Formats: sequence, C-alpha cells, structure tokens
Amino acid sequence: MTDSKYFTTTKKGEIFELKAELNSDKKEKKKEAVKKVIASMTVGKDVSALFPDVVNCMQTDNLELKKLVYLYLMNYAKSQPDMAIMAVNTFVKDCEDSNPLIRALAVRTMGCIRVDKITEYLCEPLRKCLKDEDPYVRKTAAVCVAKLHDINAQLVVANAVAAISEIMDASPNAASVLEMNSGTINKLLTALNECTEWGQVFILDSISNYTPKDEREAQSICERVTPRLAHANAAVVLSAVKVVMKLMEMLDTGGDYVTSLVKKLAPPLVTLLSAEPEIQYVALRNINLIVQKRSEILKNEMKVFFVKYNDPIYVKLEKLDIMIRLTSQSNIAQVLAELKEYATEVDVDFVRKSVRAIGRCAIKVEPAAERCVSTLLDLIQTKVNYVVQEAIVVIKDIFRKYPNKYESIIATLMLSDENTQVQLQLLTAIVKLFLKRPTDTQELVQQVLSLSTQDSDNPDLRDRGYIYWRLLSTDPAAAKEVVLAEKPLISEETDLIEPTLLDELICHISSLASVYHKPPNAFVEGRGGLRKVLPPKSEQAEGLVEELGAQEPTAAPPQPTVIPGADSLIGDLLDMDMGSGPSMMQQQMYPAQPAAPTPAGGSGGMDIFGEGLDNLLGGGSTGGDMLGGLGDIFGMPQTQSYVPPQEVWLPASKGKGLEITGTFARKNNQINMELTFTNKAMQPMSGFAVQFNKNSFGLMPAQVAIKNNIDVFYMSTHVPLHVLFMEDGEMDKKIFLATWKDIPSPNEVQYTINNVPHNADTVSSKLRNNNVFTIAKRNVEGQDMLYQSLKLTNGIWILAELKIQPSNPSFVLSLKARAVDVYEAVKQVYENILHN
Amino acid sequence: MATFILASALYLLDMKGKVLICRNYRGDIDMSVIDKFMPLVMDNEDDGLASPIIMHGDIAFIYIKYNNLYLVTTTKKNANVALVFSFLHKLVQIFLEYFKELEEESIRDNFVLIYELLDEVMDFGFPQTTDSKILQEYITVDGHKLEIAPRPPMAVTNAVSWRNDGLKYRKNEVFLDVIESVNLLVSATGSVLRSEIVGAIKMRVYLSGMPELRLGLNDKVLFETTGRGKSKSVDLEDVKFHQCVRLSRFENDRTISFVPPDGEFELMSYRLNTHVKPLIWVESVIERHAHSRVEYMIKAKSQFKRRSTANNVEIVIPVPLDADSPKFKTTVGSCKYAPEQSAVIWTIKSFPGGKEYMMRAHFSLPSVENEDQEGRPPISIKFEIPYFTVSGIQVRYLKIIEKSGYQALPWVRYITQNGDYQLRTS
Repeated sequence: MTDSKYFTTTKKGEIFELKAELNSDKKEKKKEAVKKVIASMTVGKDVSALFPDVVNCMQTDNLELKKLVYLYLMNYAKSQPDMAIMAVNTFVKDCEDSNPLIRALAVRTMGCIRVDKITEYLCEPLRKCLKDEDPYVRKTAAVCVAKLHDINAQLVVANAVAAISEIMDASPNAASVLEMNSGTINKLLTALNECTEWGQVFILDSISNYTPKDEREAQSICERVTPRLAHANAAVVLSAVKVVMKLMEMLDTGGDYVTSLVKKLAPPLVTLLSAEPEIQYVALRNINLIVQKRSEILKNEMKVFFVKYNDPIYVKLEKLDIMIRLTSQSNIAQVLAELKEYATEVDVDFVRKSVRAIGRCAIKVEPAAERCVSTLLDLIQTKVNYVVQEAIVVIKDIFRKYPNKYESIIATLMLSDENTQVQLQLLTAIVKLFLKRPTDTQELVQQVLSLSTQDSDNPDLRDRGYIYWRLLSTDPAAAKEVVLAEKPLISEETDLIEPTLLDELICHISSLASVYHKPPNAFVEGRGGLRKVLPPKSEQAEGLVEELGAQEPTAAPPQPTVIPGADSLIGDLLDMDMGSGPSMMQQQMYPAQPAAPTPAGGSGGMDIFGEGLDNLLGGGSTGGDMLGGLGDIFGMPQTQSYVPPQEVWLPASKGKGLEITGTFARKNNQINMELTFTNKAMQPMSGFAVQFNKNSFGLMPAQVAIKNNIDVFYMSTHVPLHVLFMEDGEMDKKIFLATWKDIPSPNEVQYTINNVPHNADTVSSKLRNNNVFTIAKRNVEGQDMLYQSLKLTNGIWILAELKIQPSNPSFVLSLKARAVDVYEAVKQVYENILHN
Repeated sequence: MATFILASALYLLDMKGKVLICRNYRGDIDMSVIDKFMPLVMDNEDDGLASPIIMHGDIAFIYIKYNNLYLVTTTKKNANVALVFSFLHKLVQIFLEYFKELEEESIRDNFVLIYELLDEVMDFGFPQTTDSKILQEYITVDGHKLEIAPRPPMAVTNAVSWRNDGLKYRKNEVFLDVIESVNLLVSATGSVLRSEIVGAIKMRVYLSGMPELRLGLNDKVLFETTGRGKSKSVDLEDVKFHQCVRLSRFENDRTISFVPPDGEFELMSYRLNTHVKPLIWVESVIERHAHSRVEYMIKAKSQFKRRSTANNVEIVIPVPLDADSPKFKTTVGSCKYAPEQSAVIWTIKSFPGGKEYMMRAHFSLPSVENEDQEGRPPISIKFEIPYFTVSGIQVRYLKIIEKSGYQALPWVRYITQNGDYQLRTS
C-alpha cells in the first residue's frame, strides 16, 4: 500500500466530500481523509476551508493522525488565526501527555505557529517542557525558546535565559545564546566529545566567535579542537579549520606549535576534495581564502587540484584558480603541462580560463615566461577561435609585463587580412601621439583625420576618425581621458582579496560568505551584526592592530592612522620621479618642490581646439619647512579659508587595506591637496608615491594614483573650484563696471542662496578669505548690494552681484563671466563658504 | 550566531522544478520563492555559471541533485553551507535507508512518512537526529497506534547517540572489511600525475549490550612512538572517524576506541599517497583516419605480485560518438561496444599478477564529420583484488570488552579495488 493514491482524487466537489469524511465516525476514514487533505496541500491546492474540520480531528490517540493534523495547522494557522485558537487547548493538553514524543511534538508545533494569540499560550507549557524529565522533550523545548524569541523577543529573554542555563548540559544549541567566557568555552569543549555531529558544528562555530584572552588560552583551545579534524563529517572539519585558522593569528608565527598546526591542516583539507562535489566546491572556495592567508599550508599539494574529466564545471573552475595561486618555479612545468591539456577540452568557459591561466603563470613566474609563451603559440596553432582569442589577449598582457622581450612573436600573430585592424591601430596611435606632443604633430593628426574620414571606404575607420575629430575639437580634456586612459598595471597575483576582507572571511569559513567571497552584511538581510575580525597577534604587534581585534560594531571606531616611519615617507616623497611628459604632470603633495609656474593661457599648439591644455595645477614656491609640511598633510590645518570636510577617496576595500581621505584647500597662494592615509590592513605599508593625472580645465575630477609596496590605486577626486581662486582677483572698480556692461546680458545668471545666517559684512570678509573680493557695496532701498570679482588660475574673471535683504536669509547671487560653464561651480563655492 | 542557521525551508522538487513536498522551518521567506529556482538554474547553466549555490536577491538557494530530484534549501542568513550540504546528503541517505530508492515515485508513495521525517531531522532550521537507525526506532513505515506508543529512544539525547541499550545477540560477532580504493590520474604521455589510496574500514557489528571496542592497526605513528619503528607499518596521511570514535583519545595516543553502533557502518577512512606502480597499467595506441575509421590497440599489464589476482577487470575505452561497425580481437576476456556510453568495455574475469594482455578494436567513422567538438574522456578501469591491500595496512587486534564478559569473534577481510582510476588519452 502506498500513499500515492491520495493524490489521485481531483474531481469536483472534492472539498465537500472531504468535509464529510473528516466528520465521519470511523477512525480509519477520518485518517484517510486527513491524508487526502495533506496530499492536496502538498500539491499546492488551497484546503484552508477545511480548517475547523481538520482541527476537530486533533484530539486523537492516533499518533500518525495527530502529526498530520499538526502539519496542517502549521500550514494554515496563519491564514485562520481566530480558528487556530481552537487548537490551543489540545496543544496545552498534549504538552502534559504521558508520552514524551507527544509532549515534544506539541511544543515543537506550537512554536512553529506564528500567530500572536497562540504564542501567549505557549509560554507556560514551554516553561514546563524545559524542565521535563525526558531529555528529548527538553531538547525540543530548547529550540522552541529560539523560535519564541524570533516571534517575540521581549517575552522570552528574561524567562528563557534562566531556563537555558538549567538545560545547558542537555542541549548544546542553547549555549550559544549565552555570553562567552573561558568557563563556558571550557564547558563547550567538553561537550564537543558528547554531542551529535551537528551539535559539534554549532559548538565549533560558537567557539570561533570567542577571542581568547591570551596566547596560552588560544593554544589550549587549538589543542582541544584539532582532533575534530579527523571527524567524518565535512562540516565538522571545516568548522574546526575555521577555529584553528582564527586562533593561529594569536600564536607566535615562527613557533613550533604553529608549524605543527600548519602540518595538521593540510591533510584534512585535501581529503575534503574526495567528498561530494558540492562539498568539494565549498571546500575549494574556502581553500582559496586559506591559501591567500597562509600559502604555506598547501604549497606541496598542487597535484590534488589537478582537474579530473568528470569533475562538475564549478569544481573545475575553482581548482584552476587554486592551481594558479599555488604555482611557483618548482612546479611550473607540471602546471603548464596540465593547463595545456585543459586548453584542448571542450567546455568553452573552462578552456578560456585555462588559457588565461597560462598567461597568469607567465606573469607570476618570470623564469617560465618563455615556456608559457611557446605553449600559447602552440595553442594558437590549433586555430580553435576562442582559444586563439584568449591566447592573444593574454600574450598582450605578457608584452606589457615584459616589454621588449617577446615582440618577435608578433609576426606569428599577424594575419594577412587584418589591414583594417592595422589602420585602426595606426589612427589611435597617432591621436595618442598628438595628445602627448601636440606641438610637433598637429599637422600629422589633421592629415590622418582627414584621410580616415574622407578617403577611406571602411566605415569602421571613418567612424573612429570622426569620433576622434569631434572629441578633440569639442573637449580635448575628455579626449585625453578617453584615448590616454591609464591601463591598469599588470600585477602578478590577480583577484587577490583585500586583506581586511580576507581576514573577515577567514572568520566565516564554511559559511555562505566564504563561498561568495563577500562579507555577510553584503547579502544578509538588514541586520548590521558584528563584523568579525581576526584576533590581534600576540603582544609585540598589538599597537597596530588593537583596533582590528576589538569586538565592537564597526559603526565609528576611531581608526588608527598607521604611517610607515616618517623618515621613509619623506624619503619617498622626495624621491619621486619627476621626469615624465607634460601630459602626466607629476606633483608633490606638499611640500612642493620649487617649480617654474606654468604661465596661464594657451601655450601654443593647441589653438585649433580653442581651449588650452595648460597646467592648472602649477606648483608655487615652497612654504614651511618639511616636517611642518608633513604635519599639515596628516592633520587638519586651521585656516581661515574654507576647507571642505575630508571625503573618502579610496575606501579600504578597494585599496587593499589602505584608506585615503582627503580634501583641497588653498594656502600660501597655492592649491594644497590634504590627504589622510589610514592603514587598515594587517601589514605595514611603505614605498608611497603619488602621481596626478591632471586633466585640463577645471580639474574635476582629477585622477590621482597612489602607489605603495602593495599595489597601485587610482582614485578620482573632486576639486572644489574655490581653491583655484587667485590672490590677485581684485578688479579695478572702473574695469569692473566696464566689464559688467561689456558681458552680454544672456550671460548673466541668477541664483538664490537660502538660509545664510550672516550679514553683509561677515559675508564680505568670509569671501575675502577665499579670494573673492568685494569691490563695491551699495545700499539700495534697504538692500545691501555687494559687487565682487574673482579670478581663476587660468585667467578667467568672474563678476558677481550679491543682493542681501536685512530680514531675509535668502541671498540673490548674479554671476557674469565670459565662460558660462563655471557658474554652477562658482555658485556651489558661494554656498559652501556662506554656509560654513 | 547566524551561521548556525541552516535552512529557512526545505523542498523536494522534480526535474521540472515542481514542488513534490516542502517544509517551512522558519517562516521568514515566502514559500513561493521556489518558483524562481528552476529558471535560475537554467540561466546559470546557459551562462556557464553552474553552481550548487544560487543567489537570488537576499535569498540563497543551496541545493543538491539526486536522481531526478532536487533537494533545495533556502536561507536569508549567512548559513554554514558545508553543514547544509552535509545535511542534504545525509537526508538522501536516510530516505534511501527508509525507502530503498529515492525518486519521484517513492516520495509520492511515502509523503506522510517524509513529513514525519522532515519534522524530526530538523527543527527551526537546526539539524537534529539524523541517524536513520535511531530514527527507525520511533518513526516507522507502518503508522503507529498509540496503544503500542513508540517513545523517543534514549539514544536521541544520550552521550552515545548512535546505539541503543539492551541489544541481545545469541552469537556475538564482528566483521571487519578493509577496503582500499586506488585513485589514479595518468597523463596522456604516460606519467602518473596523482596516485592515492582512499581506505575504509567497514564494520558489521552483532554484539550484545554496550561493548567497548579497541582496534589496533600497524599505524606508523603509533609504532614509532612505542619503539617499534622497524616493524612494517603504514603512514596514514589523514584519518577520518565515525562519530563513535573518541577523537581526543586518538589524538593523544593513537588508540582507536569506541562504542560501536549496531549493524553496518563505516568506522574510519584514511588517505595516503602511494609511490607503488599503478596496479593495472594500460597503454593505448589510437589511430584516427578522419572520415573513414579509427583503430585502437590496447595493452593491459598487471603490476602486482603473481600470487594475487584481480577479478572482474573492466577496461572502458571511450570511442567517438558517431563510431559504428565495431570489430574486436583479443587474446583474453571479452569485448563489448556500449554505444550509450560511447565506449568499448573490455572485460577480463580473472587477471593474475605479472601478466600482459592485448586487445585491438576497429570502428568505422561516417564520411560526414560531426560538427560538435568532442571531449576526450579518459580510459577508466574497474577491478577488485581480494586478500590484498596496497598500503600494507593490517588489523593487529580488535579487543571487545563488555561488562557481561562474553567472548566475541572478530573476522577480518581485505580487498583492494579501483577508485577514480583514469588514464588520459592523446
């Protein structure tokens, strides 16, 4: 006899028939009817109309029937809250049944019914069940406490905590609710030996949330957790790995104990790769993290990551990633042979990734670069189009990493019918050249542009020619950004996880976060939760990482500013490479080296495009001594002129632990960029260098590149316009008047600035501090009229009229200038200064 | 502590994504979200992003596939995924032990029982008892009447959660099977890329009462610490134990001591790298003549001692999908073309050590070439060698102590077989 027959009744009037059967006197018939109801529910039919009839069947001494009715209740109670109350009495009665199975069933089901009125009645039976003589009932009741807490937190906490400590020995689940201290940890470790495999995972996960008070405690916990690495359940193993990886942070890195731990971790991780494919996948994602944190653990285990023909694709791709991470000079030959094999498989994604992997090997292991290149050339011979594409892309990276070394193979790459490609490249190259050396290539570029746009038959070439032409004639700054876009540096390790994130993920080994490689708050609903951090290293390094070990919410902890020794920083700043083409203007942050200020205005060569590509960021004369200057970089200087609050320009997550905040200010007749560097990584940083990719007019956004021992980072910054206001921006009254009249009235624009808490004089002096000069003041019909002028570093004059009514905090600002596109920015500056 | 939470809900789906049965454990995710599951699986497969975890907004689908079924859990938390997958595979095992097979039909046939099991194995997203022997004590296939009311067995909450009190056998016996599987990966050029042994000690225990067992192996670490370093011993690289084994005891003095479950179970598994010659070696010469024919010359060699014999050897040689008209010639065993696997299966019932056999196969190929590029599956080999372990592992003793003081007999058997045994072809 099977249950499938219950699914077959699909005729009309079914509900009505069921109702009759449910109210039958015959027990068997009743039970059959309930089964039919559950079957209908299972296939998604709405059988909620039968609620009262089903609930009537609840009082039965047949356990199977009771379970079915409970199941029905869990499903429909929410839609019928009033009727659900009918069930309460039976629940309460069942909680006192002589059979522990029924007591547990009742309390478990009650907890699953998310109806407020039922919850009220749940407390009393639950309290009894928590003290039940039967451990099975207590275990079920313990979980029910959590359910109740989820439904109604207030109700529970007080009562439950007391009850939980009573049942702690019986149920490991409950222990996690309590605060951790050495005592509870000890109890948990003892309980480890005695609970089910799932219980062991819960306990290990709780332990991983605890930060021991010192190195000794960390070691003793490790000693008691490592036996779990021999558990048959993969989840127990991974949770044990998590605890050990976390506590290892606190142990002396060079010590024997850590060495022995490292040895112990590799075999269980390798064994996980013989588990079910889904578990292999989780293991591989975690191994990816582990080798980034401690590469020594698996450095000799390359072969276990070799791909097998029947591995699922998600396992293959992950194995490939780890193979590359573990590649070194000693195993490169083997790895290359494998990758070449993979590149001839049929799965396109896997093949592409394998070819890319060969390129990464070339970049990572320099002595093997030549072999990698020849392997790639072999693959190109296969003429499989996606293999060829991918191979050419990675060869390009190899060229960039090792310039002037392998270019000879270009001949092999050339294909006869790619004339257009060559022409396109030629066109781009000439435009690039022009942007770098405008003076001597102007003729050339004009010639090439006209050739490509007028004489060519190829639409692609014509299109590209027009695009360049228009770009260059309307906005040379944009042209530069587009055409000369900085290529990212070819780095040896790609896809490295930023250190702070890596540390956080290590604390989440075996969880979803560790598979996504994202912090939990990036995908877990709404709750902030505690951000997990690795415990601080033992004493000697405490100063630097104290903050990281603190178990505090990350809302606003004071960030330690870790600056690598001041001497070395100055050294690096002074050592900076100054010799680069005019387009890449390199400038020191501060103190500035004496440099000839570039004269404002066009410097020739660019005239056909109207706008000068001149230097706006001209370095002025040096001010202050070096150390004072250094102080200024890292502190917030007190100046009279308006300094916008620092903004985060480079978040730590993008800067591999380096966070940069900054702002711009005008001091001593020059523009200053004020930067604060914060080291949020677990390692010292050194070798800082800065480079500005200046754009022409306006500097917004200015591109800044920061380099340190870890990587090069790019950030774009918004330069507020007022730092460009010149000190000699005070116009002669007569000239002012003449200019005002001279500028046509369509160029005049009015803005309203609301809520200014100052009078005319304060406004005047505030603006004066920022090089906005008041030339005249008049009082017209009770209103103050201020006439002001300012001059930008590129010589553009802006005239302003500010209308102030004594009782009205809204000022009216009228601007007049020949270059109308700066108005928005000027108005923004007025707002900032007046509201400051 | 969000990582404890395993699942908000659990679904069993058919191949088309239709819900066969589901259980809502936490009520924090709308159950209808499962309708999104199949389309997402398809999309991911199309994009080459197949993965057993699918993110959909703030919800994660974590799933495994078994036969024609999907077992899917949903969660909104940072769940412990290793735990979820272990749990799902365990659930499959439980169903198998209850219904012998797990597919659409068996779910429909047993839906009431499945509801009961789902209620018992997990509560509020926390996994509970998943030991099917214990579950069978109080959840049985033929419904219950309260007259013979089942009660939760003590084992559910005891420190020994895997064995019940009061078992009685007339004859107390224990059977030990030491089974070693050889995983091998050989490159197309014939060099061994990877060779490892995954061993398992399986037990069938028919003992009364609560016996205390101790197993002695020729474990190298143990021998070295006890000054017997010169005796023949094996270096186990990684050992995994059934939850009944006291892990801390093993960690301390390498003693394997435990109270066994009743009946059949796997006591331990171990893994070690081998440096011995592959037990069965195959060399292949494949001559492809496009548009006309393909010829295979296969040479198989047994590289173990003459006194052992490999039984039921099956050498599976992949051939092109569109091959036809097979012809075989061999000195030993029989050949069969298995078009459903696109392979030739060469079967040798008995293959003594130190021998070498040959086989030739010939296939015609159609003159029109298949457009799809075919993969190059490796040659795989199946075999069993009784009374033999590659690692040389030995059971030295199995001590059985029970307070009633009965005598029990341990029986030991050894066998070596293929694991994932692959030789790539060129």
